[in-house]
Amino acid sequence: MPTLSDSHDDGPLIRIRGLRTVLNGKTIFDGVDLDIPRGGITAIMGPSGTGKTTLMRHITGQLAPDAGAISVDGLEVGRIDRDALFALREKIGYLFQNSALLTDYSVFENVAFPLRQHLKLPEEIVRNIVLTKLQAVGLRGAAELMPSELSGGMVRRVALARAIVRDPMMIIYDEPFVGLDPIALNQILKLIRTLNQTLGITSILVAHELAAVRRVADHIYLLAGGKIVAHGVPEDLARGETPWTRQFFSGEADGPVPFHYPAPDYATQLGLSSAGRDAATLTPPLDPRAAPPSPALRARDEGVAARHPEPKA
Amino acid sequence: MSAVRSIWSPLRDGLAQIGACGIFLFRILRAIPLSLRYLRETVRQIFFVGAMSLVIIMTCGLFVGMVLGLQLYHTLSIFGGTAALGTVVALSLYRELGPVVTALLFAGRAGTSITAEIGLMRATDQLDAMEMMAVDPLAFVVAPRFLAGVIAMPILACVFNGLGILGAHLVGVSWLGLDNGTFWSNMTANVDVWDDVVNGVWKSTAFGAVVTLIATFQGYTTAPTSEGVAYATTRTVVFSSIATLMIDFVMTAFLM
Repeated sequence: MPTLSDSHDDGPLIRIRGLRTVLNGKTIFDGVDLDIPRGGITAIMGPSGTGKTTLMRHITGQLAPDAGAISVDGLEVGRIDRDALFALREKIGYLFQNSALLTDYSVFENVAFPLRQHLKLPEEIVRNIVLTKLQAVGLRGAAELMPSELSGGMVRRVALARAIVRDPMMIIYDEPFVGLDPIALNQILKLIRTLNQTLGITSILVAHELAAVRRVADHIYLLAGGKIVAHGVPEDLARGETPWTRQFFSGEADGPVPFHYPAPDYATQLGLSSAGRDAATLTPPLDPRAAPPSPALRARDEGVAARHPEPKA
Repeated sequence: MSAVRSIWSPLRDGLAQIGACGIFLFRILRAIPLSLRYLRETVRQIFFVGAMSLVIIMTCGLFVGMVLGLQLYHTLSIFGGTAALGTVVALSLYRELGPVVTALLFAGRAGTSITAEIGLMRATDQLDAMEMMAVDPLAFVVAPRFLAGVIAMPILACVFNGLGILGAHLVGVSWLGLDNGTFWSNMTANVDVWDDVVNGVWKSTAFGAVVTLIATFQGYTTAPTSEGVAYATTRTVVFSSIATLMIDFVMTAFLM
């Protein structure tokens, strides 16, 4: 297993070792190791609530892990000061799940925002750069509109133009396909691929949609139960040779990720057994905080039984 | 035991909130030098929290002054002291009513809009997006609003006082027939610029800082939901009002 001390400029752009995170008593990550190579499109997939966005927050230094090390471009994110972190973020584009456009600013001003904040460029150059980026996402004609006047797909494309306005070394797409119609989805897919190929940007794609991800991703990590449960090229993972990949990629309702949220015995809670009637009155109301970390983690902890699920009673 | 816990638990939460608010103030003060880069944003905020509050401040100032004029004229007439109307109205406004009522109106008009605006920015990830673009939201969003509140509040209080005195003059002189010269000469003879006017300005500056601190803190730390923003907005008005009156007592005790 490589260590962080190996990191150098031609190694992986992102290197994560032994990542452990506990949030509000829930174990989100429990020993995650992960490498993101330079110049490719790497997809992070996994069930809802498994911590994909949290992983991105670790990578960008928005959230510190409880244990482990995260290196981005040779810098250990948890150990650098705020100025160095901001300098690193200037090289990262981030497409938020809900796009996070500044609602008081026009499309043009949203895209120009990072330029105006960090560079003292003549207005004419700012204008040319912004129009170039808007042209790349097909929205040059919408430059003077306000975010409230745009459709969901257009908002996503404006956010993408803003994310690439400073020609970042890496771009993170957090759920870029959610809520898009097929036309808008294809437009975003095309942009992700084009940006990656023409600018050589390293791309991290957090998504659920396997069909879309297969069309652009070079490599997929499947995250579940606080660990990387599978990784490889999309074609291999899509074959579903492990219980995790089989359930996730074929969309089975039950499996390693159980259908039921952790709960006391059903019959007991309904008071249908004599022993259960007494127990039911004693059973305290379900407290989610008292439940195991997550359904996925519970499944993992149940070991063999979880990997070979029996039909539920 | 449970009674102790039921008292201690909210008390502990309240103390934690006050502590967090103090740390937040320290972070704002640290961000102010950087926020001077965003002078245009600060000026924009002064317009929003100051100029846009003028109508409500002027209207309320005028009516508070008219009520004061009416009440005091009748009370003073019992003792044959109506000549002191201008003095009493001016001292009441400069020392107490001007700063306090302006702060309460400011909390309702500008404080709530600051909280709701920052809270919605939190709920829609705009603050996180700024962080990701290497822009400090404390310097770009919070500090300009804080400065705007500190600058705008004393000016608004002065406007309130001016309209209040005008209102009292309208009632006392124009309506009830008090001599115009008596009204003004008694006022100018008994109102001291440093002891009365400037102390009122200090008070309103402090209230401006406290109200905008509470408004920005509530917005910045709100739960990112519509319910969270609604609660934060309510808390801004409640906490600002209580803090204003408490600080008014403390400052009055020191400035008397």
